[in-house]
Amino acid sequence: MALKNPDNKTIAWIKAGVFLLALVPLVKLGVRGYFDLLGANPIEKITRTTGYWTLVMLMITLAATPLRRILGWAWLIRLRRMLGLFAFFYGTLHFLTYVVLDQFFDWPSIVKDIVKRPYITVGFPSFLLMIPLALTSTDRITRWLGGKRWRMLHRLVYLIAVGGVVHFWWLVKKDITELATFAAVLAILLGVRLFYRLRRFIQEKLMARAALL
Amino acid sequence: MKASKTTGINASEITPRELFYARRRFMQMTAGASLAALLPRQLWAGDKLAGVQKSAYTVPEELTPYDDVTQYNNFYEFGTGKEDPARNAGSLKTRPWTVTVEGEVSNPKVFDIDELLKLAPLEERVYRLRCVEAWSMVIPWIGFSLSELIKRVEPTSKAKFVEFISLNDPEQMPGQKSSVLEWPYREGLRMDEAMHPLTLLTFGLYGELLPNQNGAPLRIVVPWKYGFKSAKSIVRIRFVEQQPISSWTQSAPSEYGFYSNVNPDVDHPRWSQAKERRLGEFLKRKTLPFNGYGEQVAQLYAGMDLSKDF
Repeated sequence: MALKNPDNKTIAWIKAGVFLLALVPLVKLGVRGYFDLLGANPIEKITRTTGYWTLVMLMITLAATPLRRILGWAWLIRLRRMLGLFAFFYGTLHFLTYVVLDQFFDWPSIVKDIVKRPYITVGFPSFLLMIPLALTSTDRITRWLGGKRWRMLHRLVYLIAVGGVVHFWWLVKKDITELATFAAVLAILLGVRLFYRLRRFIQEKLMARAALL
Repeated sequence: MKASKTTGINASEITPRELFYARRRFMQMTAGASLAALLPRQLWAGDKLAGVQKSAYTVPEELTPYDDVTQYNNFYEFGTGKEDPARNAGSLKTRPWTVTVEGEVSNPKVFDIDELLKLAPLEERVYRLRCVEAWSMVIPWIGFSLSELIKRVEPTSKAKFVEFISLNDPEQMPGQKSSVLEWPYREGLRMDEAMHPLTLLTFGLYGELLPNQNGAPLRIVVPWKYGFKSAKSIVRIRFVEQQPISSWTQSAPSEYGFYSNVNPDVDHPRWSQAKERRLGEFLKRKTLPFNGYGEQVAQLYAGMDLSKDF
């Protein structure tokens, strides 16, 4: 099947397409901002939109590995870094919107928020944890770290994703539809991993026992 | 079957087309005009309200533009998004509309909305509106003090609180198909709060009848409390002895208290209330105690611990 084993050229095209698609939310935001279509509270709208797309990108990034497994599309892994970097990109925009537009560098108020507001207490470190992952995303650093250490470090993404959903959870006033969707998707993405891990664990046990017999 | 070719009517007997339509138009016009003359004039959302006096209860602050006031709303009966009410409130029918005033009163009465409109002279008052979500507006409301209505129904000595009940009709209010809050929306005030001249029984804004998304055909506006205390699309006003439980208090008692006075020193458990963003402004401004109406209302709460009675 063509989708299973595309050649390098096709993958490059897919990558370019995904790159452009991932920029659509930002372009939309920019266009709406330019034409003054962000509504009565533009800062709130920008904060919500960038936060929303940070979570979406995180979920899509986390979907790459299980999808590769289920569909057998090995090349999906080659999109994962770019998707993760987009999550970091929108997360950075979200963070900067808060610091610059929302608080306008009111550091005492920002510090107070981080200490006192649970949703920021969990959201802020979740963002900070994305930084080492972004910094260690190049081939050179990955090689320098070594695969094992790199994988250990990048398991932080699970913490970041959970933190991101909890951050959203503690901020929602009443309507949890969107939040519940994110929580369910994350539960599935983490559940699939748990399933594969358990299965491997059991298989290894059985093999070990078989070897003994 | 074969149709007959001749009708048996002379051409001269046929009324010319233009004349036929002219006559028909005339009939329609006169019928419409006489019908309109027979019926009392009905007011519809967007209609200008006449004979409105300017009120001294006016803050000298820049008004929030009409489009923002009418397109950025929290009105969960029409959806939980800020733009949902403007989009979905078209299904609300505000005429005919009655308001039942009942409970601990000597003169319980069912008021027709157009009768209520004429109960007292309409005033335009420019109030600040502070939402519990830390944004604010400045709105020119039209109405009269709720006390005008209260005086007429003569509350008994047992009337300690006033409860406001909004319309409950998922057909007209599609947001009620979701159980995000318990419907109907209920709010309440203590009797002295309800009698305070600032508490406005509101029919309009910006010189016209309330748009549906702003709580048509009538709402209350309590400018020193967070916006959710000001019940919209009210169908029932009940005078009671026990403190009523509002929809928001019921949904999260630790977050939304009965009083819900604007208070920069008492934070919402999950976010700060010290500052607010006035829509249209970039930098946040400091939130004022009682939303800047402390001089008029602070004495209502003398001796109370407002961090407990939040």
